Amino acid sequence: MTTPILEARKISRSFGHVRALDQADFDVNEGEVVAIIGDNGAGKSTMVKALTGNLALDSGELLFQGNPVEITTPQQASALGMEVVYQDLALAPHLNPVQNMFLGRELPRRGILGHLGFMDEKKMRASAEQSFAELGGTVRSFTAPIGSMSGGQRQQVAIARAISWADKLVFLDEPTAALGVVQTKNVLESIKRVKAKGIAVVLISHSMPHVIEVADRVHVMRLGTRVATYDAKKTSVEELVGAMTGALDKQNGAAA
Amino acid sequence: MSVIAHDEQDVVVKDPDEGHPSLIKRLANTQSVWILGVLLVIIAFFSITGGSNFLSVSNFSLIAQNVSVWAVLGIGMTFVIITSGIDLSVGSVLVFSSVVAAKAMEAMGDGAGAAMVGILIALVSGAAWGCLNGFLVAKAKIPPLIVTLGSLSVALGLAQVITSGIDIRSVPEVMTDFNTYTKILGLPSLPFVALLLLVIGGVVLHKTKFGRYTYAVGSNEESARRVGVKVDRHLILIYALSGLLAGVGAIMSLCQFGTTTIAGQSLTNLNVIAAVVIGGTSIFGGEGTIFGTVVGLFIPAVLQAGFVIIGVQPFWQGVAVGSVLVAAVYVDQSRRAAALRGANSPSPLRALLRRNK
Repeated sequence: MTTPILEARKISRSFGHVRALDQADFDVNEGEVVAIIGDNGAGKSTMVKALTGNLALDSGELLFQGNPVEITTPQQASALGMEVVYQDLALAPHLNPVQNMFLGRELPRRGILGHLGFMDEKKMRASAEQSFAELGGTVRSFTAPIGSMSGGQRQQVAIARAISWADKLVFLDEPTAALGVVQTKNVLESIKRVKAKGIAVVLISHSMPHVIEVADRVHVMRLGTRVATYDAKKTSVEELVGAMTGALDKQNGAAA
Repeated sequence: MSVIAHDEQDVVVKDPDEGHPSLIKRLANTQSVWILGVLLVIIAFFSITGGSNFLSVSNFSLIAQNVSVWAVLGIGMTFVIITSGIDLSVGSVLVFSSVVAAKAMEAMGDGAGAAMVGILIALVSGAAWGCLNGFLVAKAKIPPLIVTLGSLSVALGLAQVITSGIDIRSVPEVMTDFNTYTKILGLPSLPFVALLLLVIGGVVLHKTKFGRYTYAVGSNEESARRVGVKVDRHLILIYALSGLLAGVGAIMSLCQFGTTTIAGQSLTNLNVIAAVVIGGTSIFGGEGTIFGTVVGLFIPAVLQAGFVIIGVQPFWQGVAVGSVLVAAVYVDQSRRAAALRGANSPSPLRALLRRNK
């Protein structure tokens, strides 16, 4: 078995009396799409926060490519090649897609102008256009502010931003929650393309059909821990829902 | 599931210049261009009614003279308002800086050396007030309206304490001469300085990372923070910039009037804010241009001069500017709401441009 690119072993975190994560395990392999599903409050988002340096752990350990690591800030996660696309996308609505994509990481102009803070707009734009094209290009205008675009286009900008900075792993927190049918398809298509680039994806979703469609493996969480892992090709919506709700209470599929 | 590969969106014929709208088209969508139109109408009106008195070099040079100080303050204000902040203290900081500078120059005599020291003191004083504002806004998390309302009062109060409320009139002659006699590239000195700073301000705002982060902070502070923009530091720098420019304004005002103007700046902040907002900078942050601010500054100034020339009571200027302000913001809001509904901006000007193609 290959070494997972990111692995969590028996991680726990409590908020007061609530055990948001209870001895939970997690693993994702290189270039793999892993979905985390679970009912509200099952610990999905907490898990992602814990894995990306947004939440301190009470106990347990994280391993990155087999080596124990401490990830305590989002910057550390970024440095390891991981990016998160948050549910609220965290884009600046008045800036255009290119500006959003490079926000905080603007490419400087060459020479003295670059040191004065001037940016290489042409290069950023070319690189952004390429990234959007790789994702299937539903973003049409590169000069209009993001605020005037559809939810799907914004989602794509957020994903494009994440994958252009993450070379190992991208977390998507409910990427299709607020989207229409066509836009959802585009996002799912984008996920497949990210995978094709060799970047692993961790997808949090409520939508079983989407999960089954794009994921390689599905982790089911309940009550703060991983209760089952399924091979997405061999499972069904009924089975996943059963595991989520506890109706089907057994460790199924490949254990971690 | 191969259905996904081609959805109907992919079939849409691409508007050839949708990705790269021409500069004119993009400009047509900005409020500053609208307001420029309004300004041109005003100028045309006075040109007809006022004739050569209005359309004279001396009149325009006077107008330019009158907006110079406000223009410099307007640069800082544009940055501040783009971050969705406000700086009410600019007028008072200007007064305070000119007072401390004048005090020092009074003590040192009439030479160029004294002027240099005075200039330096005014700049440092302005920047210090700005840093204080910025620190209270960014670190103490007090709303900018309150912070700068406070420093408005404190700076003016201290200026009055220092001078016992009496203006200091002993400004070195080099400074007043600079205003009266010096011309740079054919322009009177103060408007030249203002123009230079406006150009620099515009370049910094529109072309550099500093400017980009200014928009980002005003647009979505949280997203800026998440991508690693040092938001607090940036806010402090922005307010410091506004203060520094108020310091520059202090020197220019000393050059222009040869005296401090303790009682004369009580409405400066509001006039500058009005100009910035008329020029299309959104008080909700994230949007604005230096060019718009310049246009917004000229509207009150041209109205004032024009009313005097055609013999209308100049007090009408206030009435006109207030109306333009509210109308401009209303038009801008509706335009923005339309844009947010996903439609391309339905601006009539743009429609006109389309038709002419």
